[in-house]
Amino acid sequence: MIKKLALCFVALSFSVFARAELMIEITQGMDNPTPIAIVPFAGARGLPENVSKIVSDDLLRSGFFRPVPPSDMLSLPQREQDIFYRDWRVLGTEFLVIGNIQRGRSTANPDQFVLEFALYDVFGQRRVLRQVLTGGEKELRDMAHAISDAVYEAITGIRGAFSTKILYIEDMNKPGSARYRLVVADADGARPKVIFTSSEPLLSPSWSSDMKQVAYVSFETSRPAIFRHNLVTGVREQLTDFQGLNGAPAWSPDNSKLALVLSKDGDPEIYTLEIATRKLTRITRHFAIDTEPNWTADGKGLIFTSNRGGNPQIYQIGLESGRIERLTFEGDYNARPRVSPDGKSLVMVHRYKGVFHIAWQDIASGDMRILTETWLDESPSIAPNGAMLLYATQYKGKGVLAAVSMDAGVKFKLPSKQGDVREPAWSPFISE
Amino acid sequence: MTNTLKTFLTLIAVLGLLAGCSSNKEADEPMDEPVVEATPEPTEEPMADPLADIRGLDTVFYFDFDQYILKAEARSALMVYAEVLKNAPTSIRLEGHADERGTREYNMALGERRANAVRDFLVLQGVDASYIETVSYGEERPARLGSDEGSWSENRRVEIILSI
Repeated sequence: MIKKLALCFVALSFSVFARAELMIEITQGMDNPTPIAIVPFAGARGLPENVSKIVSDDLLRSGFFRPVPPSDMLSLPQREQDIFYRDWRVLGTEFLVIGNIQRGRSTANPDQFVLEFALYDVFGQRRVLRQVLTGGEKELRDMAHAISDAVYEAITGIRGAFSTKILYIEDMNKPGSARYRLVVADADGARPKVIFTSSEPLLSPSWSSDMKQVAYVSFETSRPAIFRHNLVTGVREQLTDFQGLNGAPAWSPDNSKLALVLSKDGDPEIYTLEIATRKLTRITRHFAIDTEPNWTADGKGLIFTSNRGGNPQIYQIGLESGRIERLTFEGDYNARPRVSPDGKSLVMVHRYKGVFHIAWQDIASGDMRILTETWLDESPSIAPNGAMLLYATQYKGKGVLAAVSMDAGVKFKLPSKQGDVREPAWSPFISE
Repeated sequence: MTNTLKTFLTLIAVLGLLAGCSSNKEADEPMDEPVVEATPEPTEEPMADPLADIRGLDTVFYFDFDQYILKAEARSALMVYAEVLKNAPTSIRLEGHADERGTREYNMALGERRANAVRDFLVLQGVDASYIETVSYGEERPARLGSDEGSWSENRRVEIILSI
């Protein structure tokens, strides 16, 4: 069925300037990925980013595509009239992307790049897509991801998530004020930017749905407290300082509230906090542990972990009705659920034969499948297009991020060069 | 922040009183300015350490996976703590921890449950609850690195931190 490709490549190795902290290793690809050729773009020589290579890497990582190496290409067309479809048919290539980058075409913006690209269907011998993108030198990477998004969507019908971001926590494992770092990076791990550092643990980073803010737990006051951090202005604000747990913040789909966990009344319970008014509403009432809330896609309910049945399982509660329903029944440890963007499935940490994996479950039927073969897997976070999820695992004794497609057909990991990396949070789509 | 400071000042004050009592001097010194008086040099004439009985005791108590029930050996050690803390009220901080397995926020809750189990036991034995602070670090502060049962069992713990 699915064979291991043993494919390994290093993203960004072409440039010493783009020193990414996370590299990508594809550990498993799909059985029959679609062959696609991203011809090196005209005018790309000397640019700080290799745009066609970034596109090629994005598409490879999606698992849907097998990019043709430029060294195998029989010709390197740069304009539509240069394309000989036969050259690509003999290679078995089904799709072809060509493009060119020009600087200074506009006198008003001489530093602006104009990037023109087109996607062709080799067997149909027709153009599928043509777009013109503009941006500065620092936006070349964004433009590359925008091409990947457009190509991916045109061929698969699924919106591309290559332009999205990820948050994660990195533990540098040496004492000091910068031991724990909250980092934001591109979805491929490139351009990591440290948002906040602390000598005390940081955990549970969460995106607001407009991507302007993040919430997380920090121990900087010697106790856990929830903070929100505006990524645009850099302003930080402590939201909670209750006795006991202050944890697991999750933004509501409309950004007006945070679901969170407090144990101020004795037991860990789920609350919602209306950010504008600071109104706190208690959602669960049980002597058991209730934690790890995640909003349902419509914002009308929360899915959470509770050990009220004797061991941790996933439950759903309606915010209006207060009605609670247990969702997981397989196994004796199911925790930290995340709902898929279409609201139909959830992913979680699932213990199977004593080992912690990431599992997927169809909510309606209850069918569960284990997606990962590694162990100590945790913190699954689904891409906004629902195609893949990121999770944290261990690799060679270090905490690393890894990704798996929702059908388990594609797997890759992002090994870290520095500290232990964990708790990935995949961003929503960037709103226009 | 202010809590910690308050606790610290309370401690200093308690210590000051104890020091005052044992040396039978300045016993009626006002409580208002205890900070300067209260920092005793360890080299000065020894005073009776009210916590002497628990100095050598275990400060770490271990738990089973996904459990927060005190083990028998923890109970017997905690009886001694309770006896001493009842007679010489001292602020203590109970830090609850979990091993790396399972999810982080669930482990935060588990760490708190473990710290609470120790607190509840001490309170049941007569220790004043207001002297006990609990905090959970979940799996964020392992005592021992490593992904094996040896490390995990050392990490599922509650640590008693005496403030003096």
